[in-house]
Amino acid sequence: MIVELGHFALILCFSLSLLQSVIPVVGARQGNAGMMASGTWIAIASFLMLAVSFASLTYAHVASDFSVGNVWENSHSLKPLLYKYSGVWGNHEGSMLLWVLILGFFAALVAAFGVNLPPQLKANVLGVQGWIMTAFLAFIIKTSNPFDRLQPAPFEGKDLNPVLQDIGLAIHPPMLYLGYVGFSITFSFAVAAMLSGRIDAAWARWVRPWALMAWIFLTAGIAMGSYWAYYELGWGGWWFWDPVENASFIPWLTGTALLHSALVMEKREALKIWTLLLALVTFSMSLLGTFLVRSGVLTSVHAFASDPERGVFILAILVVFIGGSLTLFIFRSSELRGGGLFAPVSREGALVFNNLFLATAAASVLTGTLYPLVLESINGSKISVGAPFFNMTFGPLMMPLLLAIPVGPLLSWKRADLWSAIQKLYFAAGSALVIGILALAFVEGTSVLAALGIGAAAWVMIGAFAEIWLRAGFGKVEASTAYRRLKGLPGSTWGTAMAHCGVGLLLLGIVSVSAFQQELIKRVAPGEVNNFAGFEITFEGLTPAKGPNYIEDVARFKVSGRGVIDLEMLPTKRLYTTRKMPTTESAIETFKFSQLYFSLGDPEPDGSITLRAWWKPLVTFIWWGPVLMVLGGLTSLADRRLRVGAPKRAASRRKLVNA
Amino acid sequence: MTRKQKRLLGIGSIGAVLVAAIALVAIALQDKIVFFYSPTDVIVEKKVASGQRFRIGGLVKEASLVKDGKRVSFIVTDLKNEVSVKHTGILPDLFREGQGIIAEGILDKDGVFTADTILAKHDENYMPKEVAAALKEQGVWKDPKETQ
Repeated sequence: MIVELGHFALILCFSLSLLQSVIPVVGARQGNAGMMASGTWIAIASFLMLAVSFASLTYAHVASDFSVGNVWENSHSLKPLLYKYSGVWGNHEGSMLLWVLILGFFAALVAAFGVNLPPQLKANVLGVQGWIMTAFLAFIIKTSNPFDRLQPAPFEGKDLNPVLQDIGLAIHPPMLYLGYVGFSITFSFAVAAMLSGRIDAAWARWVRPWALMAWIFLTAGIAMGSYWAYYELGWGGWWFWDPVENASFIPWLTGTALLHSALVMEKREALKIWTLLLALVTFSMSLLGTFLVRSGVLTSVHAFASDPERGVFILAILVVFIGGSLTLFIFRSSELRGGGLFAPVSREGALVFNNLFLATAAASVLTGTLYPLVLESINGSKISVGAPFFNMTFGPLMMPLLLAIPVGPLLSWKRADLWSAIQKLYFAAGSALVIGILALAFVEGTSVLAALGIGAAAWVMIGAFAEIWLRAGFGKVEASTAYRRLKGLPGSTWGTAMAHCGVGLLLLGIVSVSAFQQELIKRVAPGEVNNFAGFEITFEGLTPAKGPNYIEDVARFKVSGRGVIDLEMLPTKRLYTTRKMPTTESAIETFKFSQLYFSLGDPEPDGSITLRAWWKPLVTFIWWGPVLMVLGGLTSLADRRLRVGAPKRAASRRKLVNA
Repeated sequence: MTRKQKRLLGIGSIGAVLVAAIALVAIALQDKIVFFYSPTDVIVEKKVASGQRFRIGGLVKEASLVKDGKRVSFIVTDLKNEVSVKHTGILPDLFREGQGIIAEGILDKDGVFTADTILAKHDENYMPKEVAAALKEQGVWKDPKETQ
């Protein structure tokens, strides 16, 4: 009954989306206030319907109702409770339902909190959200209904893929979808602006918080996914340039570009057309990602059972939305008037530089991701494009951008002096140089390349705070005045510094792991002692154990060294009994920011086992960096100036006087 | 500089970055991609140049797996032809005899494939797409979904 209620709510929501697609948009055309306002209520109502639908599917999963096909295929009565919840979206149908739930959530947010939006813009935005919602609900109801019943009902489920039975599944997909789908709002804003033919600085001010919010979630989602893959797959790698990873990374790159270009548009009314295009492209790339993952054209851990009908359907959605929005763009963009002029060397110029490299990098990642599909459809050759391709293309494109990070915020708007900006960075440049040289001289095994990398990371991290340092006036005014000014600096300035510093931290983690990682692969017998990376590792033997829905062999290791004595590390080999699927659970121990990582091969009949151990210095910076970026984004989002409408001139002048 | 010159300089430098990027991508697409071949492609059709890095895929031949500590060797077959593969390291969890796998590496002069990466499927009822296609080409494998 509850399951049928969910199915019914989903269909009801489809009808509501049809209304939402038409009524507010027509109202905006005719200037009918009532019709425009109806969008608000329809959006909130359809989100409630989706919530009911999602809750009833969750109920079916938690109650292990195997008469529902989706539950039968992805659950088991013995599955731990957390995975009964997260298993709701650990499959194709459920994850699509989560996708539309989040789409509805964002539309409801705009409906509820977009009170200061002009009614016409708001009506159009909600209308466009309705179009997307209609398309994806049709997809779910037609090809991927999670509420299909089985007759007769089986007694037991087939269990969830063991790789997905992890806390990571509870967090990673919702985060990633909040990011992916969050960019639908900027897309809707862009289409709405083109429908009304008006776009100005105010538009950028409304769009930027949404773009920032989506970016925060996408950053967190990608970083979370990377850490999950790192510990769960047992390969010790944190990024594989897998097509599905790329599918989430491309919108991140264009979304990051969008954040920066919207800034120019908001402050200077320049780059309007480009910002509009980025808003369209970013969500288009999210749709492309959804298509690549959900259609099954790719071989990947993310590709659940594939069905050609689904692929064609999503492809059609993709073509309509990307093609339609770009066509509209071509016809409308010429009518938009360009804005303020600026010199090449200026804050605007620096942000154009940022956008140029981010967009080019996104295009090169896109090329590498799609090339195998294109080549196969042209001449049938099967190829894989992996890390070597991306290291050669993406790496060089990122370097100039990284080095420019500290300089950008020091350039003034309109016209700036590059040389004086660089001079102001003498401290960051000097420290980076010293740190690089120290690493080369005192850290064993540092190559020149690694020293350059460490220096670059230090430059980015220290330089990120140069703007704050200079604006507070340290060294120029009394320290107490400087500290007071520090407090008065807007949240967005702090946010920028933190996010930029996070990029440097990420770079440091990457350089450190690639330069200093140590690896040991060895077959070890019980009682055997090995010395590795400053540790003494004793293998004590294998112990069988039993979990709720698996049996396992626990390999017991005692580790001493680097400040620990007889630390127990317990990697295991598991066999999930329902699916007869073996997995390896790695054991990871964190030493400040570095990690010792144990993975296992198959046990041998004589009780020995192959140990694969890595020492990964400063590896956690790879995830602390994004954490800092997310915190920076949140700090910036908390800045009042972003949330309220136009900045009040008088107020900002008063602030200056007070300072 | 006049405004026109400035604009030219701006467009010129953007153009230069784009040209450099396109050149990088073009070179990388020549050198850094890895082709996938079946044992038949390798042995009968001789598609592989010497020293070329490529991926080979097929089924692991029954009773061909030999383990010596961390050194392993096995035979990959598409049921028409077969190639010996050797590898140092840990095999994926779902590596089993009779199952589809993909190995990446280089073919040496004796016709033994030295793999530095071995990929198996991600779940128990899934065959790497390339392997399935290669087996279909040999007419020896049918998609269980299609036969149901």
